[in-house]
Amino acid sequence: MDELDRRIINRLQGGFPVCERPFQEAAGQLDTTESELITRIRCMLDDGLLTRFGPMYHAENMGGALSLCAMKVPLENFEEVAERVNTFPEVAHNYQRDHEMNMWFVLATETPEQLDECVKKIEESTGIPVFNLPKKEEFYVGLHFKV
Amino acid sequence: MSMDADDPVQLDRRIVLASQAGLPLDARPYHWLASELGVEPDVLMERFRIMLDEGRIRRIGVVPNHYRLGYSANGMSVWDVPDEDIGAIGKQVGELDIVSHCYHRPRHLPDWPYNLFAMVHGHSQDEVRRKVEQIAQLLGNKARRHDVLFSTRILKKTGLRIGG
Repeated sequence: MDELDRRIINRLQGGFPVCERPFQEAAGQLDTTESELITRIRCMLDDGLLTRFGPMYHAENMGGALSLCAMKVPLENFEEVAERVNTFPEVAHNYQRDHEMNMWFVLATETPEQLDECVKKIEESTGIPVFNLPKKEEFYVGLHFKV
Repeated sequence: MSMDADDPVQLDRRIVLASQAGLPLDARPYHWLASELGVEPDVLMERFRIMLDEGRIRRIGVVPNHYRLGYSANGMSVWDVPDEDIGAIGKQVGELDIVSHCYHRPRHLPDWPYNLFAMVHGHSQDEVRRKVEQIAQLLGNKARRHDVLFSTRILKKTGLRIGG
């Protein structure tokens, strides 16, 4: 990763233009050329420094529903429960955390009704209560990964 | 394809499906996408501008892999603050540049007393703990208790996708 890669990561986490030649316009502000910018983004994607390049959609504003859910999973059943939870395509990501409430996953569905249904199905499938923690208010979602 | 121009809901759905995994790395990415979807480039770019204005698209750009950037410790700090103050406190915490996401979420008493969530990233768990202590000092006695939960394993990470 060199100085130009850093500039791209620090300045292009948002604001990519919508126009006929957006890379050309963005390149001007990053002190590079259109073809160099495209090459750098492709390399950083191939290399795993970037996970994605494109629009980030807002699930709720698209009419869908999103929620953070947590479970207290007995450690002796943890792997089996993780497998059952991960089977649901509505589970977008799932993390183990070092707390009594040790399984944390995000559910995403196209409608709010589907979300409640999915919570019930996960409870039925695992026999463990799901704590549903949908956000009531969002204060800030930042772009703060600086290199 | 004039049907698409008349039905922005269907068109937007197709745009989401075609672009949620990423934009093409082509000098004219929107033109490329428009041709894939069989619509005029101007119509497609207008839909992107509308979705940005309405907040259906948060932003367009690169998504860095924070683990690869050295931000390997990911701490979810959780706070029990008075409900009547949460608007002001949430805004204050969310504005800190050490916090990447900040949300008000419901408590589930007695199991879960916390109503404010702030994601704090760092190069190590110690660094995250120090940052969480900075937040604790800032909030003083407004925070009745807090905790920080570190992720120990990614069990699944497919990201948000709508179906086809």
